[in-house]
Amino acid sequence: MEKKLPKIEIIEKYCKGCHICVEFCPTKVLEMKGFVVAVKNLEACIKCMQCELRCPDFAIKVITD
Amino acid sequence: MAFDYEKYLRPGKLPHIWCPGCGHGIVMKGLIRAMDTLKLDMKNTAIVSGIGCASRLPGYIDCCTLHTAHGRAAAFATGVKMAKPEMNVILCGGDGDGTAIGGNHFIHACRRNIDMTYIIMNNYIYGMTGGQFSPCTPTGHKASTTPYGNPDPNFDIAKLAIGAGATFVARGTAFHANQIDKLIAEAIQHKGFSVVEILDDCPTTYGRRNKYKSVIEMMNRLKEVAVPVKAAEKMTAEQLQGKVLTGVLYKDDSKSDYTTEYAKIIERAQAKK
Repeated sequence: MEKKLPKIEIIEKYCKGCHICVEFCPTKVLEMKGFVVAVKNLEACIKCMQCELRCPDFAIKVITD
Repeated sequence: MAFDYEKYLRPGKLPHIWCPGCGHGIVMKGLIRAMDTLKLDMKNTAIVSGIGCASRLPGYIDCCTLHTAHGRAAAFATGVKMAKPEMNVILCGGDGDGTAIGGNHFIHACRRNIDMTYIIMNNYIYGMTGGQFSPCTPTGHKASTTPYGNPDPNFDIAKLAIGAGATFVARGTAFHANQIDKLIAEAIQHKGFSVVEILDDCPTTYGRRNKYKSVIEMMNRLKEVAVPVKAAEKMTAEQLQGKVLTGVLYKDDSKSDYTTEYAKIIERAQAKK
């Protein structure tokens, strides 16, 4: 069965580039692109929601269904 | 499904004023999740704050909010609670606002055991005013007013609150974001004065002066020093050296809260007529 991938929505206007989400993602899904965060490897996402939980700027949403 | 924070936020207020990597945003998200779990009525909930970075929090949440004088959050909140005892009153502020400038109000609110929840975001420094040392700055650490290291011993907010008579005291950290909403929800449900201390990071005025290279390093420090209360029971005093206990540290349901006691006084006074 094919793994259903979540949708990671990044609101670039809110992101201040603090690196918290990039650093604490256990599977290294995110990366920094200039000053804002971007999705690098969506396939690896395990939907643990750590990035959404820890983003202090309300800039990441992990939409699972 | 992603959590819908927008429902609780005032439209057009984001992005917020906090610096990149500041933990206050994480605490605000925790508070919103706690409010959502408890299904609090926004029209019947008041968030009161003083002055400071952490005290900017109520401005973003769409409920009854009050931004008051420096350190006087507890005093104003007492007024709100006495006028409307059915209201959920939540206070928030930083360590300088709560324990230095508002230290007196804080301990007396604890003593009265008035039914409110105080969320203290302890980032070890006065952030907004330029990085002066606060009563929570650890001994030897640098601030703009202590460039050679702080000579003073620091406050333990949780112990201070327990000593002053608060009936619910908990501690969390900005790193353990999952725990914040649970602690705050439990504190709001508790009838009596509840204190939730959240250890936070201030990369701009504290981290920079104390050789923390990045926000990540500060977050990792929070991860290292935090020990859950249950795990600490099995640890020796030596292992606990330099560690900070997290979780619910104190809970006492036996004491009656101030508004209940005050209602009894009103009843007695009216019966005499």
